[in-house]
Amino acid sequence: MPQMGESIAEGTVARWLKQVGDSVQRDEPILEISTDKVDAEIPSPASGVLVEILVGEGQTVEVGTVVAYVDTEAQPGLVPAREAAGGPSPEGQAGPAGGVVEGGSAAAPEVSGGPEERLRTRSSPLVRRIAEEHGVDLREVVGTGFMGRVTKQDILGFLAGRSEAGKTGAPAATLPSPSQALRAPVAGASAPQPTPGGPPPQALAGPARPAGELGGGGASEFWKVFFGEVQHPEYPVRGADRVEPMDKVRRLTAEHMVLAKRVAPHVHSFIEVDFTRVDQLRALHRDRWAQLGVKVSYTAFVAWACSRVLREFPMVNATVSGNNLLFRGNVNVGIAVDLNPGLIVPVIHDADELSLVGLAKRVVDLAERARARRLNPEEIQGATFSITNPGVLGTLAGTPIIPKGTAAILGTGSIEKRVVVLEDPLTGADTIAIRKRSIFSLGYDHRIVDGADAARFLSRVKELLEGFPADA
Amino acid sequence: MSVGSPLPPVEVRILGVVPYRDGLELQEHLVARRRSEEIPDQLLLLEHPPVVTLGTSAHREHLLLSPEELEKRGIGLFEAGRGGDVTYHGPGQLVGYPILRLPSHRRDLHGYLRDLEEVLIRALRELGVEGYREPGYTGVWTKQGKVAAIGVRVSSGWITSHGFALNVGPTPDGFRAIVPCGIANRPVTSVEEVLHQTVGMEEVIPLVVKHFGEVFELEPIVV
Repeated sequence: MPQMGESIAEGTVARWLKQVGDSVQRDEPILEISTDKVDAEIPSPASGVLVEILVGEGQTVEVGTVVAYVDTEAQPGLVPAREAAGGPSPEGQAGPAGGVVEGGSAAAPEVSGGPEERLRTRSSPLVRRIAEEHGVDLREVVGTGFMGRVTKQDILGFLAGRSEAGKTGAPAATLPSPSQALRAPVAGASAPQPTPGGPPPQALAGPARPAGELGGGGASEFWKVFFGEVQHPEYPVRGADRVEPMDKVRRLTAEHMVLAKRVAPHVHSFIEVDFTRVDQLRALHRDRWAQLGVKVSYTAFVAWACSRVLREFPMVNATVSGNNLLFRGNVNVGIAVDLNPGLIVPVIHDADELSLVGLAKRVVDLAERARARRLNPEEIQGATFSITNPGVLGTLAGTPIIPKGTAAILGTGSIEKRVVVLEDPLTGADTIAIRKRSIFSLGYDHRIVDGADAARFLSRVKELLEGFPADA
Repeated sequence: MSVGSPLPPVEVRILGVVPYRDGLELQEHLVARRRSEEIPDQLLLLEHPPVVTLGTSAHREHLLLSPEELEKRGIGLFEAGRGGDVTYHGPGQLVGYPILRLPSHRRDLHGYLRDLEEVLIRALRELGVEGYREPGYTGVWTKQGKVAAIGVRVSSGWITSHGFALNVGPTPDGFRAIVPCGIANRPVTSVEEVLHQTVGMEEVIPLVVKHFGEVFELEPIVV
């Protein structure tokens, strides 16, 4: 066992790379040892045949212990004249006949085709998507990224100059800047459904707000506890049960849910929305949006409509604070993103000032960064209204909990084709049609939002979506 | 720094997100080329998609989820060929793989671990995070918990691979899948959690590169 450092007194034989009878070259690794946190290959001190192994795998021995013998004159298969197998020992401590172990080993460099080929074709998701969309074989593209990896610039350049295609060249070892390199895969990943994971309706929470936010300064002890503290009752554990402490996020979520439900009297109202118009617009603008590189999801349409309607219904964009009503000056829409496991609610600030395409971009960006855990703290704070999408997982409708400090939350049910009866506005004649529809539920704090207000709010959202403006 | 003779170079490669398997292959490839002196020392800086890796001394019971459950959550599972127990890599974690030929005065396995810790402690200090060593528990610790894990391999010719993983972004849920490094009841934390603010990779990388160069007496060249 070679001396592998001052503080190392012993090592464990992790694996023998050579067996008795194998011929070994000087400096060729013959075994692996491990100490805590370090694995090390031990090269043979001399060329010859491994004739005896004294320490088995898994055994721990002191430094200096002979672990094997290498016969420097034997032919493979034949036995001894012994040579202690040392390792990459400090100068002057090399094995008896092993001589100097330092210096480059004779190991031949690996053929470089394998990993390079993999890296080239395993470019970022963005690059792969572009290649796929344009029917490009990435192997045809000259990569300037690390080890010939094809970058976004490479593929775009390749497409731009396709007539010149066929060029080949040695890949250069240039790299994109750190920020590009680290951000690109996130920003570039395709995101057909910006908020695919609507949370289960009971799970809307952000860990951003501390408990006790609603506790008024002049409240009595009782009310302080009522508004600020949560104690979950305990239950006896049965034999086959498993007990697992809640982690921080789960604990905060649990607390938030209890307080939100305890403080705000929840009421839910429902409306069914026809998505024919929205689908028309999506079909109409698909190419233009694709050119802009933006995917405009249903969620973007819904967020756009809500942010406009919220301006018309200040009591929905508000909260009860002590004995006051606090009407919010901004329309900040939180959109629940399923992280599976877990949930986060990134916030689109001033959503009412964004165009449909602008909103769509924000939705995609926030959802992507939410999944990559790259949101800034302010991007999960300050929501004045929330949208959750249980429908993406197929549920018909939900009754979501209203996040603390806000007055309402919209839940969108699955968008599916239904048979409906339509009335011709001119003739009054009824026809049966197949339409894409979704059930929307509005959960609202009944202290501040009356039932009629909620109904009017939902009707306006429906109206806007069913007659969606072409210039949004 | 010495004025007379220039420091040997270390090529720093900032790779973005790299699948774990590709990272392993790349390291193998570079170790061989470093051994045959085709390339100078290398420092790879990257992030991995969510993955749980088992070191040589890994205890399976420190894996809290079955391979099937991991797969369901989109978390890969690999045997890593490095020292140490179980760890988790994922987005928001800066992974560093130094491929160095350790010079004769640095040929000390534990000394190498302490040097890696030193690089991270110095970089963290510049970020405003007080990191320290815990005797017997390799890695970098803060009052809030472990902020960086270390596990290395030294191949024939004293060529290093594997390295460190510094938690920069929010502590990922993935750590819940394991008992990190086999140390139960010791929380894992991150730079952002300690500082209560967002810290970008682009802020951390230059500091790590600078202190890596200083501690290992190499001239970093970002390529």
